[in-house]
Amino acid sequence: MRDPKWLKWVRIIGLGLLGLFTVTPIYVMITSSIKPLKDVQGDFHWIPTTITFSAFHDMWSTVPLAHYFVNSLIVSTIASVVSVVVAIFAAYAVSRFRFAGRRAFSITVLSTQMFPGILFLLPLFLIYVNLGSAIGVDLYASRTGLIITYLTFSLPFSIWMLVGYFDSIPVALDEAAKVDGSGPIGALIRVVIPAATPGIIAVLIYAFMSAWGEVLFASVMTDEASRTLAVGLQGYATQNNVYWNQIMAASLVVSIPVVAGFLLLQRYLVQGLTAGAVK
Amino acid sequence: MVVSATSRPGGGRGSGDPGRPPPPSGGRKGRIIPRLPVRLRRLGLPYLLILPALLLELLVHLIPMLIGIGMSFIKLTQLYIRNWSAAPSAGWSNYHLAVDFNAPVGRALLHSFLVTVAFTLITVALSWFFGMAGAVLMQGEFRGRGVLRALFLVPYALPVYAGVITWSFLLQRDSGLVNHVLVDQLHLFGDKPFWLIGQNSFASIVVVSLWRWWPFAFLVLMAGLQNIPRDLYEASAIDGAGWMRQLRSVTLPMLRPVNQVLVLVLFLWTFNDFNTPYVLFGKTAPQEADLISIHIYQSSFVTWNFGTGSAMSVLLLLFLLLVTAIYLLITSRRRSDA
Repeated sequence: MRDPKWLKWVRIIGLGLLGLFTVTPIYVMITSSIKPLKDVQGDFHWIPTTITFSAFHDMWSTVPLAHYFVNSLIVSTIASVVSVVVAIFAAYAVSRFRFAGRRAFSITVLSTQMFPGILFLLPLFLIYVNLGSAIGVDLYASRTGLIITYLTFSLPFSIWMLVGYFDSIPVALDEAAKVDGSGPIGALIRVVIPAATPGIIAVLIYAFMSAWGEVLFASVMTDEASRTLAVGLQGYATQNNVYWNQIMAASLVVSIPVVAGFLLLQRYLVQGLTAGAVK
Repeated sequence: MVVSATSRPGGGRGSGDPGRPPPPSGGRKGRIIPRLPVRLRRLGLPYLLILPALLLELLVHLIPMLIGIGMSFIKLTQLYIRNWSAAPSAGWSNYHLAVDFNAPVGRALLHSFLVTVAFTLITVALSWFFGMAGAVLMQGEFRGRGVLRALFLVPYALPVYAGVITWSFLLQRDSGLVNHVLVDQLHLFGDKPFWLIGQNSFASIVVVSLWRWWPFAFLVLMAGLQNIPRDLYEASAIDGAGWMRQLRSVTLPMLRPVNQVLVLVLFLWTFNDFNTPYVLFGKTAPQEADLISIHIYQSSFVTWNFGTGSAMSVLLLLFLLLVTAIYLLITSRRRSDA
């Protein structure tokens, strides 16, 4: 495709504006985190006049940030890993077997995507309270309950994307594994999973990100002991003073793991979308 | 058991079974016993594979949804929340309350619904346009392409609360960047306007949502563009098609299936989005930006009227089902016409 001359200017201006829109809040987040408190409470300045790292020190004691961080890490890691394993099995069944109810299962799983979270928030809350006391496991206000909730949130998208990905892997590869004496599960583990690694990584990132960022259920389903970052970060604003510099520093610190992971692995996400979902 | 196993010989049909060769007659002695269980296992295997996903969906999505529908028919107020099975039946009264547009509750719901529709249409249209512009302009090789692509994706990668809380700092009246630029530097307003309360809050929530969602559209469209075969562009270039013509006749038609899914997903996510308004405004949103999910949350948890809240959620779900069905019907027909 030969590009006309004007396109170069459209490209520079268009991408420039998009870049400015994208980067401004990130710039403010970074620069405000190194300002002293009085500078973030007064008039805004583009360039910090005084640079201090005290916010990065103080933020750990204003709210129990480390505690929330550990909670978020445990919940998101377990939820995303289990979700991906469950999704792999389900997607393999949908992709490789023709069984009665296959279509119904796919449609049901996908349609849960359109449920307003608010519709099942309270019922789920009541189920957790009652089921928890019946089986003697704390589900409400515990990390276990949050893990179970989050891992189903990412399931529909994960299954959908992995089905597309598995479909793109030739069935002949499965057959070859079976000739070598593997059963269907053996073929899944030895052939399909290795061939679908980019898609699986993409789904893993997605699941981790959605658990790390969820707010609604975290705000209702947790107590002080199981509180995650999504709710904990609001603690900086409850006192009479709003510690904007600490909020920005904390936001920066809790974002770094997911953003770094996402950027490192984003090409798998694009590959995964290209191979599967976008077809 | 034997009957069920033999009556469906093609149970694991399709891509699954036929690879296994029939047992040679010489190996009969060892084969005949494991054969039935293997068959049974094959038959049950797909169900076993989907079982964990199915159980989780039942527990977290489907059963709560049914209970939620049930709750919309009872008077579930503060008095009964500890012992909610004792709450008296309400018949359709929760629904009557929700759709009685002459009474305050119904009027507020209608207002919130209309605000959400406007918000969703604007946000989805702009997100798609930004994503499309970004993806198309990123085609081809130029210096800094990889860095720019990564940068564009950062808002999507950031946890919602971190990104949105930064925006709420930007939009502060006295110490925020937005007023600094608009009032102090560009002198567009005489007095510093409020952005998080009052009339401007609608514009604020649109901009913040757009900032969060357009990178997703960008990501999906970029993946979609990679799937368009190169030779289509080459062929159209030989036919003398310019850049604009190629965009109209090659790129956009080829992206139609991607767009069909992308727009629907964006619509559903934006319509149901709770996180963005909740972090931006807190538990009570300003009138002008009273999005439906926050409105229902407030009707349920702040005023402790869960029956009415559930009825509102059910109405919302029915609306979304209807819109999705109509959308899929229209877009699928257009696709098969094309």
